[in-house]
Amino acid sequence: MARVQLVRIAHARSGDKGDTANVGLIALDAAFYPVLASQVTAERVKKHFEGICLGKVERFELLNLGALNFLLHESLDGGGTLSLKADAQGKTYSAALLRMEIEVPDDLLSKTAL
Amino acid sequence: MIRIANGQGFWGDSLEAPLEQIRRGPIDYLTLDYLAEVTMSILQKQRSRDPRAGYARDFVDMIARGARDIVDRKIRIVANAGGVNPESCRQAVAKALQHPKIKIGVVAGDDIIDSLDDMIARGVPLKNLDTGAPLESVRARVQSANVYFGGRAIADALDTGAQIVITGRTTDTGLVLGPMIHEYQWKPNEWDKLAAGTIAGHTVECGAQCTGGNCQVDWQTIPNYADIGYPIVEAEPDGVFVITKHAGTGGRITVASIKEQLLYEMGDPREYITPDCIADFTTIQLKQDGPDRVRFTGIRGKPATDMYKVSISYSAGFKAIGTLMYSWPNAYAKAQASDRILRERLDRLGLRFDAIRSEFGGVNACHGPLAGEPAPGIAEVILRVGVRSGDRSVVERFTKEIAPLALNGPPTVTGLGSGRPKVEEIVAYWPALIPKTEATPQISVQEP
Repeated sequence: MARVQLVRIAHARSGDKGDTANVGLIALDAAFYPVLASQVTAERVKKHFEGICLGKVERFELLNLGALNFLLHESLDGGGTLSLKADAQGKTYSAALLRMEIEVPDDLLSKTAL
Repeated sequence: MIRIANGQGFWGDSLEAPLEQIRRGPIDYLTLDYLAEVTMSILQKQRSRDPRAGYARDFVDMIARGARDIVDRKIRIVANAGGVNPESCRQAVAKALQHPKIKIGVVAGDDIIDSLDDMIARGVPLKNLDTGAPLESVRARVQSANVYFGGRAIADALDTGAQIVITGRTTDTGLVLGPMIHEYQWKPNEWDKLAAGTIAGHTVECGAQCTGGNCQVDWQTIPNYADIGYPIVEAEPDGVFVITKHAGTGGRITVASIKEQLLYEMGDPREYITPDCIADFTTIQLKQDGPDRVRFTGIRGKPATDMYKVSISYSAGFKAIGTLMYSWPNAYAKAQASDRILRERLDRLGLRFDAIRSEFGGVNACHGPLAGEPAPGIAEVILRVGVRSGDRSVVERFTKEIAPLALNGPPTVTGLGSGRPKVEEIVAYWPALIPKTEATPQISVQEP
């Protein structure tokens, strides 16, 4: 097992709906999707965004895209024009999620040669 | 097969992209999204000052510049540029085109500001979809209220023979779905096809954000961002479609770039709700179909709901944001000290805010606590302090406490910009639902 940051095996895009940020997390190779699905749980994401996400975290699975979608409620200081944040739309939360560390089997990492 | 291009992802997007879409290769339709969530309130204000204003002027300029190609190549255009005054927009476009034979259609009826009180009285609460609060709580401060019509209303306008269709508030996805419904005469209960057109619309509605813009995968090798191609949907009658761009343009369309855009601003992927249908994003099958081509198949949809979404804007107080930049040495410590001093002074003045927020650009403005501690020798840090209040005067007073720190606080400070920060009125967004029976698209065509 290798402990790596998500940025090694996934990419992401984030956006907003009011005070809720969404982060779509996508496996760089289909082989990594089960690793994402088993380790990047709503609970872990909530803990990862401690101090940023003040509400609950919901997770949705898109097996067809090898992707997960997270909704981070109460994460944008009110959201939209109310927000005083520089990143009022959570555009950089995609990269913030990719900081998370997870365990990936060594053979999976070498086989996919990313 | 028809080619539907997007040339504008939001109000403020590239002025050149729509013209490039017209000139760099074959397209049948050009779709343009000019409205953000609070754009309507800005346009509403413009109209209250001038009854002929209240629409996206960029659109009229684009038509004037592209008129010859639009006429010669019979390109049909669908744009939500009408804002709160689509009729005036139509007149301005007709003037810019200078071609009397071209029919221009308008989809209106979305502006419901004059019927809000009646609706509330009849028991339509217009509850805030996020908070559940009834509209009555902010009714006196409402500035605009518009229904999101879908692709069906646009198709009806195209069915009249209009070459250009100008709408008020419509869904972004409807701009692309509308031409498909019109061309292929999809029926209101062909949910899978309507879902496919909706997902095509979602994919291209943010312009180049699906053709390599903002793409995280191998972004360093994405060719020629300076000439990035905007997206084109090649749509088949059965709901299968390909996303591509004109040959020779920059950017890159891959399954990865498309997946990122599919997930942008996504809620529950099984229930993407529009006035036309509910699209299920978990049914999409993607395949690379040659360079800069991605093919979509397998899309399933479900019946539409009997509600329209409504976009209401209301005045929600005032805010101001000030910045100061500190250099090495001890840049972060200086910025933190400056923040403490500023807050102490605001306290001494007895100023109370609904919210006050400090961020440190270069340290944690994007990722907060996840960013960790900065390097000790960090070259520079930007202190950014924002405040919000219902009382304009306290926000005003705050703006006068930033500049003095250039002389009476920690050293090596610059970056005040053009002096005192500006006080901005906050126009906030109130999403709600109404029964579809409460609003009807009004379609009209200017006959040549």
